[in-house]
Amino acid sequence: MTASANGLRDQAREAIASQPFKTVTVLSSLLAAQDALGWLPAEALDEIASATGASVNDVWGVASFYPNFRFTEPADHSVEVCWGPTCHVSGAQLLLRAVLDELGLENEGETPDRKVGFKLNTCLGVCPHAPAMAFDHALAGAMTPDAAIVRLRALRGSVA
Amino acid sequence: MTQAFDLLRQRAKERWTELQAKPWIRVGTGLMGEAAGALPVVAALRAELDRLKVDATVSEVGTTGLCYAEPLVDVQVPGTPRVLYANVTPEQVARIVASHVVQGQPAVELAHATVGGNLPGVPEREDLPMMRHQVRIALRNAGEVEPGNVDQYVARGGFVGLDKALSMETSALLGEVKSSGLRGRGGAAFSTGTKWGFLAGNPSPIKYILCNCEEGDPGAFNDKTILETDPLTLIEGCIIAGYATGASNGVVFIRHGHDAPIERTRAAIERCYADGLLGQGILGTGFSFDMEVSLVGESYVAGEETALMEAVEGKRSMPRFRPPFPAAYGVWGYPSNINNIKTISYVPEIVRNGAEWFTAIGTEKSSGTAIACLSGHVKYKGLVEVPFGLTIRQLVEELGGGEPDGKRVKFLQTGGPLGGLLPGDLLDIVLDFDVMSAAGAMFGAGGLIVCNEDTSAVDLTRVLVAFDQMESCGKCFPCRLGTSHLLEIMDRACAGASRPGDLALMERVGQNMRVGSLCGHGQLGFNPVSSALNAFEDEFEAQMAGRGTLAIGPFVGPTHTRRGAQAAGETPTATVKEGFTYSVEPVARG
Repeated sequence: MTASANGLRDQAREAIASQPFKTVTVLSSLLAAQDALGWLPAEALDEIASATGASVNDVWGVASFYPNFRFTEPADHSVEVCWGPTCHVSGAQLLLRAVLDELGLENEGETPDRKVGFKLNTCLGVCPHAPAMAFDHALAGAMTPDAAIVRLRALRGSVA
Repeated sequence: MTQAFDLLRQRAKERWTELQAKPWIRVGTGLMGEAAGALPVVAALRAELDRLKVDATVSEVGTTGLCYAEPLVDVQVPGTPRVLYANVTPEQVARIVASHVVQGQPAVELAHATVGGNLPGVPEREDLPMMRHQVRIALRNAGEVEPGNVDQYVARGGFVGLDKALSMETSALLGEVKSSGLRGRGGAAFSTGTKWGFLAGNPSPIKYILCNCEEGDPGAFNDKTILETDPLTLIEGCIIAGYATGASNGVVFIRHGHDAPIERTRAAIERCYADGLLGQGILGTGFSFDMEVSLVGESYVAGEETALMEAVEGKRSMPRFRPPFPAAYGVWGYPSNINNIKTISYVPEIVRNGAEWFTAIGTEKSSGTAIACLSGHVKYKGLVEVPFGLTIRQLVEELGGGEPDGKRVKFLQTGGPLGGLLPGDLLDIVLDFDVMSAAGAMFGAGGLIVCNEDTSAVDLTRVLVAFDQMESCGKCFPCRLGTSHLLEIMDRACAGASRPGDLALMERVGQNMRVGSLCGHGQLGFNPVSSALNAFEDEFEAQMAGRGTLAIGPFVGPTHTRRGAQAAGETPTATVKEGFTYSVEPVARG
């Protein structure tokens, strides 16, 4: 086993063991591991299976059900655009188009330089401030295509 | 009063007095404030106070509901009028601090409202258009106190309801909740007292009260707001529910990623343990109750009560078959009761003031208040709490200030993605569970998305259907396939390329979903289409035939579904490949 796989395993084990909530489940462990690692390597899923007594298959079953879990390393930065109804009637599609064009993407995905990972969000929960985006999980409301492009360029130029 | 509570009240009173003795500046942060840019304002404020060596308390509170005014800075300085400064930028902070905090002169040119300040040219907060008609019960502390601060909460009347409840017989307490007429605010509007009665009747020593904040409805943000602005009202309500039903555990269920509501609720629970309000022998009585937060991944269906229990157990949030019902067999197999956050948040004040006080507010069959979220094409966006009996028009035009550019309000999207479109000519309908459902309008969780005349009903319906399709959990096929069919047909409609018989096909698919689906997601999944068709059939027919008058741009929708496509090629369980689509042609039957 490689050193880095061992490192991931240790980090996952640590995250699973130090969850803030009393009730530990497969799902709570997946969330804790992904919070710590940024993604779910196979090592993390194995560790969760042994920590919770679930089968590895069951752990994968839960993990693949919730779209917030990812099984590959994330890009340096995350960008989300909300496509919910309020954002939709407030110009989200124009915003989306501008963001996708700027990133050179067709839909959800990562830029080839792996600087930015782009995701649609079903509702960021801040409808009064529509259209909403999140840059590295920090919310930004009342976004315009121009403002989004400025933020994206700043993000891509910065170091992770 | 219990001795323990008396001590708590004395401590709260002392600390409240100390707090009032020096400048107190409250800024709404949390999800709403963050999106509005409040975090740099708080940073600028702290830096400026440090620089000037001013002794002041800065509190990060939740939203007041006046979201259009955020970032909102609430400055209270002894001897000066309390002033709300709206849409504050970091650059304006120095001016506010220098003028109001240091010199004691409110910066009138930046003031949005005053609270009891009698400041010439500045309206009283209660006279702001958006505050009109408001009666705040569940939101009574919104933006007023530090979220989770037990002393501040108690100083404003908190835990009086719990203290009183603990001195009551549980049957009397259940009777009180029942006769208050409190009905579930999650959408089904079932009597809360009756629901609690089901759980109370179960003799199991371990029983659960689940508080549902899996608020997936786009356009509804009231549950998360209650948790980020005043989690203690939920906690107090949950403990009372636990005492009334003989439950042992409470769980607050929130979607992972909504950090402010999660962190504030978790911190508030910890403080309640520290103050003897949770755990063994609450307030020195014989009643014990434990509470914790449970997080779920992205899943709309997780808000369905049995799917929620699956998620609490750490599984996929797929609904269970019923019966057995949760009050008999719930989370971990123990009897459980699932309540919406808003519902529980009313309980402390109902117990404190009595059932009659609550029934005097609202209408005969819908007592109390409705918590509505105004967004979309409306001037004042945010969260309001108004008595039932008000009309939707009053909500939109008086509190919301109407369409900002004076355009016609074409429809409201209500009831979330399984709700529908309420046409503009029905705005005079009153807020009342029964009146609204008889008129085919769902109030649901309280999201009201105002849409003006430029909005295509067909386009927005596609968004709702795309949401329902993506969020179908995939367990039962009428929903899994039905939502996919509907989306395909709606895509054709939006492109003006419908096929003959598409409308009839949608009806048939919708019928199958309604009668065949396991849970409300599929049963109600045709609602957005049917309600839009009811009100805007001409527009649909024109659009479907390529004669639509409202431009519908290209639509970038989600690529993730729970058919496994999301993880195709990445996990051993992904058996359905990405790009796999269902297609059903109308079949001529003989």
